[in-house]
Amino acid sequence: MNATLLRALRIVCAAYLLTLAAAGFLAPFAAPFRYETQFRDAIDAPASPRHPLGTDSLGRDRFSRLLYATRTSLLLAPAAAFLSVLLAASLGSLAGWAGGWLERLLLASADLAVSVPWLFLLITLRAALPLDVSPLVSLLFTFALLGLLGWAGPARVVHSSVRQILASGYIRAAQARGVPPFRLLFRHTFPNLTPVLTAQFWTTVPAYLLAEANLGMLGLGVTEPLPSWGSLLRELQGQAFSLAHLTTHLWLLAPLFVVISVILSCRFVWAARIDPTKVSS
Amino acid sequence: MNILPLALLACIALHGETGGTLRLAIRSEPKTLDPLLVADEPSELVRYLTHAPLIRMNRPRQAPEPALAESWTISDAGRRVTLRLRRNVAFSDGSPFDAADVCHTFLRLPETNSPSAEPFHFAAGRLTCHAQGFTVILQFPAVLTGVERLFDAVPILSSRSSSKDRAGLGPFTIVENKAGAYIHLERNAHYWKRGADGRRLPYLHAVRLEMQRNRDLELIRFRRGELDLIHSLDAESFERLRAEAPGAVLNLGVSLDTEQLWFNQAPAAALPGYKKEWFRSTAFRLAVSDAIRRADMVSVVYRGHAAPAFGPVSPSNRNWVNAAARQPSAGPAAALARLEKAGFQKRGDILYDRAGNPVAFSLITNAGNKSRERLAAMVQQDLAAIGIRVTIAPLDFPSLIERIAKSFEYDACLLGLVFDDPDPNAQKNVWVSSAAQHQWNPSQKSPGTPWEAELDRLMQTVASSPDTGKRKQAFHRVQQIAAEQAPFVYLVHRNALAAVSPRLRHTEPAILRPQLLWNVEFLRIE
Repeated sequence: MNATLLRALRIVCAAYLLTLAAAGFLAPFAAPFRYETQFRDAIDAPASPRHPLGTDSLGRDRFSRLLYATRTSLLLAPAAAFLSVLLAASLGSLAGWAGGWLERLLLASADLAVSVPWLFLLITLRAALPLDVSPLVSLLFTFALLGLLGWAGPARVVHSSVRQILASGYIRAAQARGVPPFRLLFRHTFPNLTPVLTAQFWTTVPAYLLAEANLGMLGLGVTEPLPSWGSLLRELQGQAFSLAHLTTHLWLLAPLFVVISVILSCRFVWAARIDPTKVSS
Repeated sequence: MNILPLALLACIALHGETGGTLRLAIRSEPKTLDPLLVADEPSELVRYLTHAPLIRMNRPRQAPEPALAESWTISDAGRRVTLRLRRNVAFSDGSPFDAADVCHTFLRLPETNSPSAEPFHFAAGRLTCHAQGFTVILQFPAVLTGVERLFDAVPILSSRSSSKDRAGLGPFTIVENKAGAYIHLERNAHYWKRGADGRRLPYLHAVRLEMQRNRDLELIRFRRGELDLIHSLDAESFERLRAEAPGAVLNLGVSLDTEQLWFNQAPAAALPGYKKEWFRSTAFRLAVSDAIRRADMVSVVYRGHAAPAFGPVSPSNRNWVNAAARQPSAGPAAALARLEKAGFQKRGDILYDRAGNPVAFSLITNAGNKSRERLAAMVQQDLAAIGIRVTIAPLDFPSLIERIAKSFEYDACLLGLVFDDPDPNAQKNVWVSSAAQHQWNPSQKSPGTPWEAELDRLMQTVASSPDTGKRKQAFHRVQQIAAEQAPFVYLVHRNALAAVSPRLRHTEPAILRPQLLWNVEFLRIE
């Protein structure tokens, strides 16, 4: 893939993401109906001019719900991923840079965090959460939890990258010239971590989208009637019944298409920016 | 030379008639394999397949019929039951069955804490059992009305077998129990029942109960032919399967089960005072009931395969339903009028109580149950129309049970009750104020309200009166109180929907559980 084509693809993907984000954030104005309005005489209705993506099993307009879900998920999943990567960057760098007992302590904490059965912990936390929290607060709580709990894996990657960078020739040269440690870290180490952190970010976003969908099964995450991509994907679970049914009701796959296209677009936009030659491989 | 192929053919034909493995899914692990401790559906199914009672309820006819007891007589106004036992009956391990086993089982009941043993817990005195050869006399310290129906849930255990509870008198016996995966049962070679052709039953060689929590996967496996039947099919799956294979689905009609919501009225609940006041207000509960559009629930959630519920008794229970107490909901306008009369006021989109608190509560239900989550979403929208804000909180089942039975940390709950017996005795543990399933305020030391005291008295009559007319009158009054006080806001009675493979023969579906397996010993796989 040549550079011009890649640039064009990058522009198209960026435009797509911006349009989607705008549609999501303008959902209260752009959506034909409120996400919770039930048309009880039109349950599971097929796509039509009134309901472009049909209605769900409670008669709610799927198109409107998708727009509102885009607003929720497009904001919160990256925010949670950012929180995880920020924690991973801080703790992983500190471990790699400090070495000694602090490194051992932080890495042991990361190992412990990976081995803890989070599912049971999340169930316990849900039990501790007041029942009358609004769907929005429950949603924020869920993504904050995901963000706080997901640091361990990326932190180990960051730690090994920092160790690698610190062992490189230019860092040794800087040290020999008497560059102060903090300048060494912020000026010479962090900028070189950017590709690693970015990769961690983009792999974490879809993982959190799916985690949020699964947490819905436990009563965590998005509660009725607020939609999210996760909850819309969960509705597809029941549609796995018949491939023939899905092929004749393609609009049901709209949430899946949106999630996949957003993740691919993000990767194209980023991958094209960092290394155009590697995208085609 | 010619005899051998003929013999082989005969063997194959015989095997075709009597062999085969019936495969079905259970949605959770049986909590116990001790037949006297059964309190959950999977354990109950295993008990049904592996053990036998003295008297069995014929599910389609809803009437008792002889099982291990050939005949029985009830005397002393229902306090004494004399049973004549079958001879030449053996447990699955070959040990003989006699009157000593019956006494051994019944004398264990008062020490056993399970729903099936509960009717045999007497406030004063103990039951006594006299064994005389193959005759048993059970003497109860109090009247047990409809006692022969209660026997259906009492499996007879061996008093002398070394394998204890594993030795059963049912058509199958457990040969392998792989936790989290499956339970494999094979035919009990000593089963006492014989078919019309004189052959020892059951006809099936084995039954395999496979753990399958996910209902969608259960359906996919049924369609692939990996499962032979599905009990309790949800309406959406039923409709899809019907479109694909009309012969594979069975609509057994409106079940005895109920779906309902209730408000937490337990005095120990850590709720704000104003919420307790709402929940204890009859006008508030009735207004909530009035605002809920049950007909929409039937058409939206159950695709028409349910009946609106206005009381604890299903319309299919014709002998006991009080039609006069089944008052349809009056609608949101009437609900608002009722609330305003009780001091509530709607300003804008929000309803306020007399003290100016906005009316809002959380509604818990079990996460993962699509029908209940949809019912909750519909309740949310219906109550929004009268200004009540409902927050839905789906919880995993153990957390939910913890809240409604122990910590009482909840506002309202949406759940269902399952009934296996049309007799009102089956509802005793719901209506008696001291019962654990008196959900809105369970396990009371003394009834908290005059109407609950009346319920206690009425259920005592229902449980002890030998006069059917009096029992009916008392239970009709129970339904009347339920309608007037609305401690439970009943929503729907769902239909019993099932799917059955065309390979499975001689099924005789019934509304009562186990709907398609009640005559399991006669089933055949082609």
